[in-house]
This record gives sequence, structure tokens and C-alpha cells, in this order.
Amino acid sequence: MAQFRQCPDTGLFFHKEAENLMKANAVAGVVCLLIAGVLALLVVLTRWPAVHLLPADAFYMVLTAHGICALIFWVIFFEMAILYFAGSTLLRSRLATPRWAWAGFVLMIVGAVMTLAAVFAGKSSVMMTSYVPMRAEPSFYLGLVIFAVGALIGCFVYLGTLVVAKNEKTYEGSVPLVTFGATVACVIAIFTIASGAEILIPTYLWSIGYISHIDPAMYRVIWWALGHSSQQINVAAHVAVWYLIAGVIFGARPMSEKVSRAAYLLYIFFLQLASAHHLMTDPGISSEWKIFNTSYAMYLAVLASMIHGLTVPGAIEVAQRKKGLTNGSFEWLRKAPWGNPVFSSMFISLVGFGFLGGISGVVMGTEQISIIIHNTIYVPGHFHATVVIGTTMAWMGLTYLLIPVLFRRKMILPQAAKLQPYIFGLGMSLVAVFHMAAGTLGVARRHWDMGFAGNPLGFEYPATAYLLMGIAGIGGVIAVAGGALFIAIAVGSLVFGEKLQKEAGLLQSFGFPLADSAYTNEKPARLPMAPAEAVEADHGEAGFEAPGTFILAMVLLVSFVIYYFINWKYLSEVWGLS
Amino acid sequence: MTSFMPPAQKNWWAVPVGRQEIVWIAIALVWCLIMFFMMPFWHMYGDQNISNEGYRVTPIKYQAKVNEMIEKYKVREVGAMKTPVVAPPDGGDIYLMARLWSWYPMLELKKDVTYRLHLTSIDWNHGFSLQPVNINLQVVPGYEFVLNITPNKAGEYTIVCNEYCGIMHHTMLGKIWVKE
Ligand SMILES: [Cu+2]
Repeated sequence: MAQFRQCPDTGLFFHKEAENLMKANAVAGVVCLLIAGVLALLVVLTRWPAVHLLPADAFYMVLTAHGICALIFWVIFFEMAILYFAGSTLLRSRLATPRWAWAGFVLMIVGAVMTLAAVFAGKSSVMMTSYVPMRAEPSFYLGLVIFAVGALIGCFVYLGTLVVAKNEKTYEGSVPLVTFGATVACVIAIFTIASGAEILIPTYLWSIGYISHIDPAMYRVIWWALGHSSQQINVAAHVAVWYLIAGVIFGARPMSEKVSRAAYLLYIFFLQLASAHHLMTDPGISSEWKIFNTSYAMYLAVLASMIHGLTVPGAIEVAQRKKGLTNGSFEWLRKAPWGNPVFSSMFISLVGFGFLGGISGVVMGTEQISIIIHNTIYVPGHFHATVVIGTTMAWMGLTYLLIPVLFRRKMILPQAAKLQPYIFGLGMSLVAVFHMAAGTLGVARRHWDMGFAGNPLGFEYPATAYLLMGIAGIGGVIAVAGGALFIAIAVGSLVFGEKLQKEAGLLQSFGFPLADSAYTNEKPARLPMAPAEAVEADHGEAGFEAPGTFILAMVLLVSFVIYYFINWKYLSEVWGLS
Repeated sequence: MTSFMPPAQKNWWAVPVGRQEIVWIAIALVWCLIMFFMMPFWHMYGDQNISNEGYRVTPIKYQAKVNEMIEKYKVREVGAMKTPVVAPPDGGDIYLMARLWSWYPMLELKKDVTYRLHLTSIDWNHGFSLQPVNINLQVVPGYEFVLNITPNKAGEYTIVCNEYCGIMHHTMLGKIWVKE
């Protein structure tokens, strides 16, 4: 018999098994973030030229572990929690086959421990990408495969839950937009994991000597169908989290269900093509293939992100204007709850992802512009804007939301929590921007010593490059401090936070009933459709519902256009290549 | 609160889209198409494009070509390792080899002359990163990359390796001198 409780703050129904799985996955994710953060500090302090902390072998080992822990383990554990939340909690449905979900979780833990153990044993410092024919210990690959199998089980449990919810009619009408987005993330995840299996299983067999040869160029093509697509899971999932937080904090409704869902469908069709981004300067691949794939077939997935970039803040603006914040173009934004870390994390995530991560990503993914960027430290600069400011900060915002809702604890250190998103966001923005700047001066990524100690030929990057790397180092330390604060608050709240009793919260003002948070065997009432919108006066301007957001969107576009053509200008100055 | 509730209308797909979204989607789509067509445009009118010429190659065959070139066109040797410096003829083929942890041999080129640069690795992946111009190419073992290169400025250039290739990766440098 499935047991449910209703959260008195939000009215959300939690299936007991699903809830425990969410907790377990979220906690495992935060533990991985903690490890990744400690490793990040070591990386930062080594690449900061004035400090240059670790010796070369330790640096490459730590960098390998940092990438895997942050980019794979932290985000995917948390994504599992999001899937169970979107499938079970948002649809008021029991979770399908919780035992399988637990089996998946155990496999993910086993795989993660196995891979990290292989890395820290010291013989698998091959970077996250593990390009063949460089060889890691077999358990390095095997751990990743086991982790992926676990995640795949989680994906199928999620899809099964959608079927259960549909069959048991736990909701009316269509699934909510957030669940729709999570489903898109799940579909991309299945594609990603299949690609991972396709390359990592043969590589494992090669590492134990069963297969004699893996083609290095083919490895790169297929590996990136895993490596890049896994970041696209994050995009689909963190956009869903943006919509969720906009809904929870502002009561925002999507400007248009049709537009937002169509944009999500574009993700399914086109996002995966982006594995090509990493292969722009590879031999053996034709320009036609590169152009079609790197542009997601005419940039249709970029179009989707630009749509979400308008509709997420647009939905917030419309909701705020309905509450009377209609002065000028930006009163709705000025009077947003900037002291609420759920909102500020989400909004920094949105802006940082668009302006820093999105623009740089499209520019560097242009076939020819990649020539002046490929494998420089510009690349980590870019993806720290997408994956850390974008995804990680969205997860942080969601964590602040879930501490009271899921764990029923009051958040500790509320004043520090107010500041945390700003500290982390600022530090990580410095990391992103100054790494990108140093990359334009040619500083290499995954490189222990920009001074090339030990080579008699000698080469000096310009002094500016050292300065830029120094500032990036300071930014990195600030970011690590912000991350440590997050973990202290999140973990501290679970351990020391006051237990919440039945009390009215935010959403009771929107008409959710107040209920005790005890489990019962009673099946939740069917999830109704959202209340129809009352016909009201238009609060926008000139037929635009969210004029302030439109201005922000145009600022993004203009920055995008300028930055894009500046890079073509840079490119036109280098040696002729054909 | 409707982003996490089922849409208010059963037929949500039939609800008309607001003017603001339509305008934005139109603008964004135009921008996407411009960016898309910039790439073929640059292939036709730009001077910096990655060639489509590439071959499968084995280390032994490639090393033979490198040695043949060195024998013919060596002009001097550099450093304690006596690394050969090669000055290929105008328009000639250059065979550059990446290996743990050096670029071999060194080159002496002329400004505004076009050469056919052949590039491969005989062991792991390496990254050809020409500084200070900042031209970056992936060097993949087993594949011979062939590109026409035209240096446009005289001076001393350094090839940095920017694909991680093991413990001494940071010492992997090569040199190209470009003369007027
Ligand atoms: Cu190398």
C-alpha cells in the first residue's frame, strides 16, 4: 500500500518511497559536490600561477577526479532526485517499482566509488574524457558503466511512474510543464547513456586486453555523444527547475504552454547533435558534418534556449505585474525577493547561463571560430558558466526550496543563506570570464604549468595572461568559499535544523489546504488542472505582456551579435588556413 | 503556480500565442539562420578554414616521411638534443610529428608562402596550439591531417601542446620561425 503525506507548506504530496529516494539521491549528490569542491580548490590553487600548489602528477589526478565528480556524479545524482520529484510528487502518483529505483541508486554509488577509487589510486589520471589510446585502470571504465546502468534504471523508473500516473488517473489534463521538461531530460539521458555504453564498454574490454584496438577518432565522436549530451540533460533539467521555482515563488504560469513545450521538443530533436562542438578542429571529419551538427541543424536548439530565456523571466514578470508591480519596465524585477536564496540562485543561474555560458558556447561552437578557442582555457571558462552557474546554481536554489519541503527542517543560518548565491555567483563568474579571457591569449587547458618549466626552448605567455589567471584564481577561491557555505547550510539544516511542525507557509496564500505532514494510506485527491486565468486588464505595454523581459532579451541578443562578430574579426587576423 | 500543475486548458495547444513571443521567436530564428549561413559563407570567402583532407596513417610510414623531409631540407640543429630545423621549399609538404613530449622537427618558413602541413601523432592525442597567434588543432593518432597554411607575419612561434598527454605534457613545445 503506497503511503503519502502532504506537505503543509506547499500542498505537495510525497509518496514515502519516492521521498526516501529523493533524499538519498540529493544527499549523495551533495556529498559528490563536497568532494568536487575540495578538488576544485586544489585545481584553482595550482592553476593560479603565483601559488602553483600541487606537483604535476597530483594535479592531473585531482583534475580528473574533479571533472568526474562534479560533471557526472553531482549533477546526475541530483537529476535522479528531480526525476522522482517531477514524476511522483508533481503528479501525486506513487513511484513505479521503488525497489528497482533503489537498485539503480546502489549501482550508482558502487560505480562512483569504483571510478573515484581508480583515479585516487593514481594510475587513471586520464581526465574525464579518457581519450584512447591513453589507458586507465579497467575499474575506471567499469565504474562509469555501472554508474550509467544505475542512472538508466532511474530513467526507466521515472518513465514507469508516468505510466502509473496516467493509468491511475492521478492528474487531470496534461502533465505539468515541469514534468514535461523533466521527461525531455530523461529522454536525452537515455540517449546519452546509450552512447556512453557504446563507447565505454568496448573501452573497458580494450583495457583488459580483450579488444586490441579502439579507433581514437571514432572514440572522440562517440565519447562526446556521451560527454556533451550529458550536459544537455542538465540544460533540460535546469530549465524545468527555473519554471518550477518561478511557479513556487511567484505563482507564475507559463506565458504559453504551447511555446514552452515546443521549445522543449526542439531540445529532444536537436540538442544531442552538439557533440560536434568538440570535434571542430579534428581530422577525418567533413565540414558538412561539422556545420550541420555543431549548429544543431541551423541552431534550432539555440532557438529553444532563447525561447526559454524569454518565457521564464517573462512568466515571472507577468505574475509580478498582476500583483500591481507595473511601474516602468523593471519594477517587477526590482521588487523581486532578492533576499530569498531560492529565487536569487535561480535568477543568477538564468542570467549567467544566458549571458556567459550561452553566448560563449555558441560562439566557440562555430566551426571556424573554434580554431582560435579549441582546448584553450576558454573552454573550462565557458562550461563553468553553463554547468556551474547554470546547472549547479539551479540545483542550489532547488535545495533551499526542498530543505523545508522534503526534509521538513528549518534552514539554519538564514542570513548567510541570503548571501550565499551572490558569493558563489560572483566567484564563479570571475572564474568563467577570466578563464575565457586567458583562453583568447592562448593559455592551454588541462595544463600544469603555463611557464613550461623544464623545457629549454622556452616560451612566455604575455604578462596579461598571468594576471588573468591570477584573477581567475581569486574568483575560484571565492566560489569555493560560496560552495562551502552552501554545503554547510544544506547539511547543517538536515542535522541541526529545527524540525518543522504543521504551520502555514507560502502557498497557503494561494489556496492550498493546510494539512498534517504524517503518512497515511489514503490516496491523494486527483491533481486538478490549474485554475483558469481570470480575464483581466492587460498589465503590459503595447500588446507585450512582459515588456521588461523583452528589453532584457534584446540586450542579450545585441551582446550576442557583437561578441559573435568580434570573434570572426579575431579569426580573420590569424594565418591563412585551408 | 501553474508551471507545476496541469495546464488550465485541456486544449492548451490551441491557445493563441502572444505577440511578444511571436516577435521574439521570429527575431531569434533570423539570428540563428544568420549564424548558420556564416559557416558556409566563410568557407567560400574567408581565409581561415579547416581542410577536409585527412588520411589514415601508421606511425612507421609517417616517420619515414618525416625523416625523408629532414634529410632533404635540414638547415641547422638546435639545442642539446640537436633537434633538426627544416626549411621546406615554397609550396612544399611539411611533415610535423607529435609524440611524447615534443613536436618534431622544427620549421623555418617564409611569410606569405603557402605550405601543405601534414600533422599526426605517433602515440596519444596531442593539441597543436600555435602561439602567439592562437591557432589550435586536434592531433589524433592514426590520422594524417593535411592543411594549407600561410603565415602572415614574421617572427618566432611556439607550438604548445594543449591536449593533455601525460605527466610531462607541460614541457611539450615546438618551434616555427617565419622569415620575411
Ligand atoms: Cu601532447
